[in-house]
Amino acid sequence: MATPLLDAPAVGVHTKEKLAVIDCDIHNVDGYQSPATEVWVNYMPSAWKDYHLKIAGRRRAGSNCPRAVPFAARNDAFPPEGPPGSHLGFMQDQLLDAWDMEYGILNPLSPAGGQQNLAYGAAIAQAVNDWQIAEWLEKDERLRASLTIAYEDADLAVAEIERLGDHPGFVQLMFMARTMEPLGRRKYWKIYEVAEAYDLPIGIHFGGAGVGPITGAGKASHYIQDHGGMPMAFQAQVTSYVYEGVFERFPNLKIALIEGGFGWMGPLMWRLDNWYKKLKMEVPDLKRLPSEYIRDHFWLTTQPIEEPPDPAYFDQMIAHLNMNDKLMFATDYPHWDFDAPDRALPRSLDRNVREQIMAENARALYGLA
Amino acid sequence: MAADFTGLGRPVIDCDIHNAFASLETLVPYLHDHWVAYIRESHFRGPSANDYPRGAPTSAREGTAPATGPAGSDLARMQKQGLDPWDTEVGILTCVYGVQSVLNEDLAASLATAINQWQIDHWLEKDARLRASLVVPSQNPALAAREIERFGDHPGFVQVMLPVRSYSLYGKREYDPMYAAAIKHNLAIGIHFGGASSLPPTPVGWPSTYIEECADMAQVFQAQVLSLISEGAFARFPELRVALIESGFVWMPAWMWRMDKEWKGLRRDTPWVVRPPSDYVREHIRITLQPIDAPANADHLLQVIGQLDSDEMLMFSTDYPHWHFDGPHEAIPTGLPDALLEKILRENARAFYNL
Repeated sequence: MATPLLDAPAVGVHTKEKLAVIDCDIHNVDGYQSPATEVWVNYMPSAWKDYHLKIAGRRRAGSNCPRAVPFAARNDAFPPEGPPGSHLGFMQDQLLDAWDMEYGILNPLSPAGGQQNLAYGAAIAQAVNDWQIAEWLEKDERLRASLTIAYEDADLAVAEIERLGDHPGFVQLMFMARTMEPLGRRKYWKIYEVAEAYDLPIGIHFGGAGVGPITGAGKASHYIQDHGGMPMAFQAQVTSYVYEGVFERFPNLKIALIEGGFGWMGPLMWRLDNWYKKLKMEVPDLKRLPSEYIRDHFWLTTQPIEEPPDPAYFDQMIAHLNMNDKLMFATDYPHWDFDAPDRALPRSLDRNVREQIMAENARALYGLA
Repeated sequence: MAADFTGLGRPVIDCDIHNAFASLETLVPYLHDHWVAYIRESHFRGPSANDYPRGAPTSAREGTAPATGPAGSDLARMQKQGLDPWDTEVGILTCVYGVQSVLNEDLAASLATAINQWQIDHWLEKDARLRASLVVPSQNPALAAREIERFGDHPGFVQVMLPVRSYSLYGKREYDPMYAAAIKHNLAIGIHFGGASSLPPTPVGWPSTYIEECADMAQVFQAQVLSLISEGAFARFPELRVALIESGFVWMPAWMWRMDKEWKGLRRDTPWVVRPPSDYVREHIRITLQPIDAPANADHLLQVIGQLDSDEMLMFSTDYPHWHFDGPHEAIPTGLPDALLEKILRENARAFYNL
């Protein structure tokens, strides 16, 4: 029996108003090295397991800050064995049961996408996916998962989607926010073609290993710049998808931005619209305003929720965003910046908007019953 | 559309006017023979930045380029289009020649000195309304400090200009000699759109297009703001004043909320940050008005200006000769209270630059 999270309600109380809850960001693993990698390593073929144990990561190293706490996890989220998030029973007690969640989306944070050795990355992706099927999806009907892919090589990614894309437990493809190239670029287009064919949204999650520093002006010194800097990566990805004309080529593509915040999105739409009006000669494939593509194709998770100093600013931000049908609740369990289902959303939001955000938007996007 | 150079019918202090020179030949009188020979023998064409492609509609309003030379290179034309119609009380020149991306640091320093002397001779001494920004080789802060010492007492210079895209974030200690010199000479720091540092401009690599790079530049400003605060530049230099120029500002409220939230959780890493980051922004940072990046709904823009929680942060700019707006109705937000408008048009810049 897990100890309840310090801010958890009595068991079975999902929110004070009995809203249905779907958590769009649960981490069953987070880490690039042992012990996190040990949760899935036995699912690797023996040759790759041997490589993994002898050589381990071939990531683009050299620009990571230590995170504030081990595994970036809450102190009260360490299970009796294994790293935070990796123990199903403990997570059920602390999260799914405690808040009576209807569904939870698993986002495994693995080093698959960030490997320079692409075949090794693809082997990690296979192992993580098989581990999720065997130890998570088949054990709790409330769970769905993101399909891990080695997204820096479209052929390897497509092969994995074709291997498991029809499995009903996988509801989206997993990218990390910091990729080697902006995600609108052509090297990723084959993946989008297959994503459309399998009707799988693209999930882009906080993190990853870019080709340069976290900022466009050099390396950061502190974790606050790395953690706080991630919205810059999300903004660059949105900008790339729009201006590259990806949504003209892939009109059914759906993209969920996970753990990037959403306060920046309204002003970003204004900026992209204004620059488009001036420089449309450079991007002739676009047929509509950037903000129109964004409102049709992007979903955003709430955590870490914006906390403006004046509650009225929150309401303004929601109005500027004008994407009530695209915001989706997430806790980010078991991380330190967890948002609790009964406390995350301000009371100023209408009940029907809270229903949309807490469950209904995710239900529609991921095709949940 | 033909450019409309009608002003607002009330005086302004314009914090972003670009002066330029036609070619490196302009600087020959100011360069040592060694560099003149070097430039001619090597066919050095200047820094590799392409921040304002010559044919991009945003780079120059129609009619701003003289018969020879780029837009912004002819004082008479600038006076007629950029100063007189706006009833400009003070115009702050922001020369964006990117010596910071000249890899030969000695050449970069000599070019900076030449440009600064040229600014005195051809601009500051020709029009009393003008002030200028010092061009410095900030890729080498010691050389930048030397340049500030050389010209810092000239009353025409009001700030030191840095490109937002640097090789190293501006909060780092390596820049301390440059900031110490700027403060000694009562100069602000102006961080401007652009730069070519060899690093990709985004956390996710190199974008394909110019429009994408322009849009992405706002995030580089966000990174510099967070660096200046969290890496302690404002703690080490409480008098440091920083203007963000041509950065846009509509992103700033959400960025302040984000920084404040991160600081609540992670402030133990940076114990010198003793107040929420937004406090440092409001105390130390100012932003020029253009590009406004205005939403379709004018009320939303007024709300975002309100969310800055400061009537001192914005400073009027035209960004002459660049194209961000058409008629004067687009040069300023619609519906501002007159007292706030007056602060934006003149008083915030007057206080910030000690004019």
